[in-house]
Amino acid sequence: MAFPVPAFAPDIIRQITEAVPQLMALGATVLRVEHRRTALRLDWREDLVGDPWNGLLHGGVITTLLDSASGMASLSSAGAVMQIATLDLRIDYLRPARPREAVIAEAECYHMTRSIAFVRGRAYHEDGTEIATSTAAFMLQSSALPVGTKP
Amino acid sequence: MIDLKSAIRDAKARGEPSILSNAIPYARFNGIALETGDDGLRCHMPYQPHIVGNPTVPSLHGGAIGALLESAIILHLLWETEPQAAPRTISMSFDFLRLARPVDTWARCIVERQGRRVVNARAEAWQDDRRKPITLARGNFLLP
Repeated sequence: MAFPVPAFAPDIIRQITEAVPQLMALGATVLRVEHRRTALRLDWREDLVGDPWNGLLHGGVITTLLDSASGMASLSSAGAVMQIATLDLRIDYLRPARPREAVIAEAECYHMTRSIAFVRGRAYHEDGTEIATSTAAFMLQSSALPVGTKP
Repeated sequence: MIDLKSAIRDAKARGEPSILSNAIPYARFNGIALETGDDGLRCHMPYQPHIVGNPTVPSLHGGAIGALLESAIILHLLWETEPQAAPRTISMSFDFLRLARPVDTWARCIVERQGRRVVNARAEAWQDDRRKPITLARGNFLLP
């Protein structure tokens, strides 16, 4: 069976990501979309704090950033823009994010089968201090809504 | 800002667990509220447009569900142990079993083992049917 050769579509992935309501609410922005590698950036905000006594970002914010960056990396590897879903996600919190500092979440899809993408991610400050690392598996739902693909 | 212990005691004295969740800015931001259900403490996250992750499907963001599950564990530990400071998440793992539809979501925490310094806990999130969890979580948490 012949498959169309899909084109890597960074602009479409960027557009889709920037239209994700939860990311818009957090104020996250797309730093880069490369083939298999992506990054998001988030500025510290008081309403995103989970530990107000120490000004620490909520773990759920890091989860959202790593999940999104990992999903983007899966999409960028798939070539075609398709529906994807997180199957599992594990996060290790190396150290708390420093108050009032931006966080960058980057992800790399290091292996892909026809239906599953395997992704590593990490979250860090601009000076390179690591906050968290992640591993995730994504289901590629190629049957659902292939957008922007050319036969 | 009210200190942690006072927030916990105030919430207990008034019988309103949501006083505690309201002290956490990000819980408030995503509308997560601690409440007492039929089988004990649980967290409720009402549907709101800004917690959507995929507007096409549509479905809630995995990170919003993750935040709900992590909050369910942290708030449970705060309520039960009344520590001086908030527990720190060491690691968390999520299994996304079913589509998170754009409806109200709940989560509850089950403590598997409470040690002196580390707690191992899991949590499950569900929507309409309590017996069909949409996401499972487990993790290790460092006590202050």
